Amino acid sequence: MMYRLRIEGRWRIGLSLALGVLLQLLPLPAALAAIRPPFAILMVIFWALMAPRLAGIGSGFAVGLALDVYRGSVLGQHALAAAILAYVIGRQHLLLRTKPLFEQALLVGAALLGYEALIWLIEGWLGQIRGDWTRWLGAIVGAIVWPLLARLPTGRLPERT
Amino acid sequence: MNSWTNSGPAISGLNSLSSNVSPRRAASSATRLAAYGLICVLLMFADQRGNWLEGARGTLQAIAYPIKVALYSPIEAWHSLGEMLAERSELQRENSALKETVAQLQIEAMRRADLELENVRLRNLTETTADVAERALPARIVAQEFSRLRRRVTVDQGSNVGVYVGQTAVADGGIVGQTMRVGRRSSEIILLTDPEHAIPVEIQRTGVRTVAIGTGRTNLLNLPSLPLQSDIIEGDLLVSSGLGGIFPTGYPVAIVTRVVKSNSSLLAQVEARSVARINATRHIALIWFKEDHAAAPWTETKSP
Repeated sequence: MMYRLRIEGRWRIGLSLALGVLLQLLPLPAALAAIRPPFAILMVIFWALMAPRLAGIGSGFAVGLALDVYRGSVLGQHALAAAILAYVIGRQHLLLRTKPLFEQALLVGAALLGYEALIWLIEGWLGQIRGDWTRWLGAIVGAIVWPLLARLPTGRLPERT
Repeated sequence: MNSWTNSGPAISGLNSLSSNVSPRRAASSATRLAAYGLICVLLMFADQRGNWLEGARGTLQAIAYPIKVALYSPIEAWHSLGEMLAERSELQRENSALKETVAQLQIEAMRRADLELENVRLRNLTETTADVAERALPARIVAQEFSRLRRRVTVDQGSNVGVYVGQTAVADGGIVGQTMRVGRRSSEIILLTDPEHAIPVEIQRTGVRTVAIGTGRTNLLNLPSLPLQSDIIEGDLLVSSGLGGIFPTGYPVAIVTRVVKSNSSLLAQVEARSVARINATRHIALIWFKEDHAAAPWTETKSP
């Protein structure tokens, strides 16, 4: 029973992560794209928070790698940042879950800022900074939509820790 | 379902950050992070230094290609829907306008025959701007990325038909860019207007050579390295100079649209508009050159 729940959970997680990546990459006019929430990263945070035993560093890595391939950035930079993000969220998931939604949103915003800062650092280190100031908007928009996202059903999971 | 979001009393035993998870799990997740981190750093290193990953990237790009096409299909569908719903009268109007254009073009084509004869005579005098293209492969744009920081398009031709990295792409009477990444059935083209792209050009009127950098804005290039006293005026045609070994000599690149010479700077501020309008076309052509032609890009294999 437990085993079946794990498999089903992983399927749901994989599909929603893929959907997040698609939403994040869907071509939009520049003005809209600037205020688009970083769906893929938000999904990574969501699952690292709700099901830390099923999704975590590995999912962050996979999502980041997909972003790298599609965007043509240096392979591994988004992957590294997303893996670290998933790790931090996974370590603190119990603490985060106990927070009221508003506070949670602030913390998620901070996590997204940290993620973007990591990308920025890596880009600087590699000598190819890509984004202008609008890159930081994603974190703010992400924090704003978090209260909606946090209410998404997770379905039945084999654990609640 | 989300009862834990309202500070649940069930887990009030928590008092410190590190007591969140059991020590054994914490250690294992830290190990996994270290492993993934190592993989990432190695990937970045391999991707940045040396081209060990070109093959892998080609494969990944081949996987990403159908996704790209899928992502752009709503836009494509919207366009074709618009075409389908275009009204009959509008189509008739367009038809008559096109007929008029065809008639005009036919007249011009007659003149062209004459011009070509003259051209052959001139070409015998100088070979530099002659037709160096051996083969042109038409390619359709399947995805595009137009932002201030990246101007790239993806086309539906790849290494399976011999497309190579650094190949010149032309459209609409001028150079549009070069291939940057080549997958099996698709390749990514970096446009002249990408801020990371630079093309060596020559001012046709004076023969002065300089470099045109992309601005990230539609069809606009920037000539950042011309001194104040340089002879350049609006309307000057910039052609590729052939230096650098990627682009051929003498192909039209851009027309100077703005020259500002202010005393506050040592350099003239020059803007140019690319000859090819990449945002108004769905097709580009990839060019193979006659290796031994004088205007072909210089390659190492050609050196004596």
